[in-house]
Amino acid sequence: MNRSLILYFTGKLMHIEALLLLPPLIVSAIYRENCFFSILTTIGIAFFLGHFIMWAAKPKDKTIYAREGFIMVALSWLTFSAMGALPFVISGEIPNYIDAFFETVSGFTTTGASILTDIEAMSHGLLFWRSFTHWVGGMGILVFIVALLPGISDRSIHILKAEMPGPIMGKLVPRLKDTAKILYLIYLGLTVIEIVLLLLGDMNLFESIVHTFGTAGTGGFGIKADSIASYSPYSQWVITVFMLIFGLNFNVYYFILCKRFREAGKITEAWVFLGIVAVSTAIITVNTLSMYSGFGESLRYGAFQVATIISTTGYATTNFDLWPSLSKSILLVLMFMGSCANSTAGGLKISRVIILFKSIKAELHKMIHPRSVTSVKYEGKTLDDGTLNGVRNYFALYMIIFFTTFLVISFEPFSMETNFTAVVACFNNIGPGFAGVGPTSNFADYSSFSKVILSFAMLFGRLEIYPMLLAFAPATWKNTKTKIIR
Amino acid sequence: MKIVIVGCGKIGTAMLANLVSEGHEIVAIDNEPAIISEITNIYDIIGVCGSGTDSDVLTEAGVGDAELFVSVTDSDELNMLSCFLAKKMGAKHTIARIRNPEYNDKSLSFMRQHLELASSINPEKLAAHELFNLLKLPGAMNIERFSRGNYEMIELKLKADSPMLGTTLWELRKKFKQKFLVCVVRRGEDVYIPDGHFVLEAGDKIGVTATVQEGEKLFRALGLMKKQSKNVMIIGATRTSFYLTQRLVSMGANVTVIDRELKRCEEFSELLTGANVIQGDIASREVLLEEGLRSMDAFVALTGKDEENILLSIYAQSQKVPQVITKINQNELAQLAETLGLDTIISPCKIISDQISGYARALHNSIGSEMETLYTIMDDKAEALEFIVHEDFGHLDIPLKQLSIKPGILIAGIIRGRKTIVPTGDDVILDGDHVIIIATGKRINTLQEIFK
Repeated sequence: MNRSLILYFTGKLMHIEALLLLPPLIVSAIYRENCFFSILTTIGIAFFLGHFIMWAAKPKDKTIYAREGFIMVALSWLTFSAMGALPFVISGEIPNYIDAFFETVSGFTTTGASILTDIEAMSHGLLFWRSFTHWVGGMGILVFIVALLPGISDRSIHILKAEMPGPIMGKLVPRLKDTAKILYLIYLGLTVIEIVLLLLGDMNLFESIVHTFGTAGTGGFGIKADSIASYSPYSQWVITVFMLIFGLNFNVYYFILCKRFREAGKITEAWVFLGIVAVSTAIITVNTLSMYSGFGESLRYGAFQVATIISTTGYATTNFDLWPSLSKSILLVLMFMGSCANSTAGGLKISRVIILFKSIKAELHKMIHPRSVTSVKYEGKTLDDGTLNGVRNYFALYMIIFFTTFLVISFEPFSMETNFTAVVACFNNIGPGFAGVGPTSNFADYSSFSKVILSFAMLFGRLEIYPMLLAFAPATWKNTKTKIIR
Repeated sequence: MKIVIVGCGKIGTAMLANLVSEGHEIVAIDNEPAIISEITNIYDIIGVCGSGTDSDVLTEAGVGDAELFVSVTDSDELNMLSCFLAKKMGAKHTIARIRNPEYNDKSLSFMRQHLELASSINPEKLAAHELFNLLKLPGAMNIERFSRGNYEMIELKLKADSPMLGTTLWELRKKFKQKFLVCVVRRGEDVYIPDGHFVLEAGDKIGVTATVQEGEKLFRALGLMKKQSKNVMIIGATRTSFYLTQRLVSMGANVTVIDRELKRCEEFSELLTGANVIQGDIASREVLLEEGLRSMDAFVALTGKDEENILLSIYAQSQKVPQVITKINQNELAQLAETLGLDTIISPCKIISDQISGYARALHNSIGSEMETLYTIMDDKAEALEFIVHEDFGHLDIPLKQLSIKPGILIAGIIRGRKTIVPTGDDVILDGDHVIIIATGKRINTLQEIFK
């Protein structure tokens, strides 16, 4: 356990956060808002505190082993959220620190769950920061650092493994740094395209940028009380399509850019994802046909809501809480499923669901033919036992954490549907749930204790459980070599 | 540069580690999932699980745009086939490990030509070659030969009674009257390029460049040159010992080879006549003493296990065998062995990975000069490089004292035709020269880089 290295890294992260606070600082300067000073103060704190920590902790050994990797990831997300909450508190726009922390965690984890009752009263600078956290958190804070900072240890693969969503960590090119750069470039490119397309509609520059950040990170923070509902059908369609684009496996875009179309077409996960989207949209469109004026409108609302839920974004164009049970149930299932691995979305991930189903099939086959030798194949490759067990264990752990969180917050005086979907929405990084936390309501009524619990649920969900779990396991912090679950 | 490596055993992994640290993009192929997951956890590379002769696997590894393709699996045939496929799929240069003695005769050049191999490597043969040189010059820790074979870099450790101690290098050169150059010194953890005022101390590890004849004279003058090893005991009837024994026997040495396994001993004695092949427990004191360990001039431990080699060598040293050579592939163990007093260590993995990194660096850039050989010396803390100078090299025909060379770099020799020059300030570099450079701390790709 290399504590000084982890500390040093945390200090470095504070410097990065100070840098990331510069764009909102500029926005607040343009709008001449008071929050300028609160952001500036935060930058100052982050810079000097980071400097002090880096000065105090001089690591001798800079090798990142698995243990350090996990802890670094967990700690850096906590640090980022704790620091990122400061501008809200200092400016007085969210006076309670716990509320601000919840809002920032929700931002970085790309959840989009909010405690703000009056969004439109917020200053532009802080609204920008709120959405910018989505963009940063979407691709990953540490991926960003690995891509940009020189001199990161060769073994930083452990960091990426802990931060990148999905059951199998695949590099696009041999060097980690190059892989991270390619991913960020694709991310940046898609972001720019969406901003331009939204500008062509009825959004101004600020609105396009903020909503694009929300889409790109699959976050879902809007700047209006009714989310996207008041924008034109054109803008809604653009956002629908881009939510799906950011929910797809990024390897698809890499292969397309390299003109390796055959390999791009071979990614099973992408096809299953698109299939699920098509079927769900079709059923919901038919199911809600009577609620809206005609097929076109029904399709638009259906497609938007399916895209926003499956990509775990959390925007809304209609109050889907009023939908018939069938449509709501489909949305609930999609909430758990989430999107593809190697995307910016949350949830269980389609690839895991596919692997789970295949593994169940193999298991059933084995029950009937006890002597049969089976192998589970995914995208043309046989999965080894390690990966399979990893997926099964992940699913079990996912369920345990989910129900534990649900039990812990169930003392709140809300309906079971509210509490249940609140956990679903936070743990899968979606944002809105049903009933009391539906698209027209928010999390403001929850007690501070529950807000902290839900904040951690968001972090557990974004980092796919293990880093957070290991960071809080006493065995990880022991200096003696204790066996850790791998 | 993109490099694909097939086979991640001892040699493959050593090569890969070296190439990653040189900054290349590496794709490793191995058919053992456990090995792939292990190495991808440690090194920043892509691992592909599968056979190197499967064209799907090769496509996935991106062989088409690979600059260099190296196949070092256990099987020669597999290496040849995968190199052939890779070449057809667009890899620019291919290198195969071919180590079966059957292939390493006249047929080798035929196969290399028709399989379009850029090169073939035979770690055992190279190791045997190096061992042979060491046996010819007892007292040296390591000998690296440069391309034309007549100029060498000798590494040796100075004992407390060495006549080289206590005087500056200036006086030393006058005192010995031989043409040699002390070009690099390792003292403790630091590596220096000494100037004329440098005074050597006991315990220093030094690198000396000289021609083979001058080197021998120097050793004689130092009192290190004992009679050439006549009686050699080799432990392990491996491929390396086969190549080594072959050369030793043809020189007229008495070679005793001991191995545990009867089958290997039988094969060995069938292939080679003239060597005394013994089947017996190599860990047994009785067997070693019975075969005359105490009267041996040299003892070479070449079993497949590093640990066994270390223990056997320590025992041989305790029995006062004048020259003890230990084969150790793992870097960490080699360092440990040195603290235990084993000075002469040979590592086939290191020889090969040096050769491949040298090859990769030579591909990199060849304006003005071309890299011919690369050796890492002084426990990987310095490098000895040989460049061939071309006519477009920018500093031709200028006396060396007028050139400003970066600190930590030394021109240690110039080979011009059959002549070898130990350079002084008045010497110049001409077109076609082979220039030998010693560099500490820096990584040199072209000769141009040594100038400020």
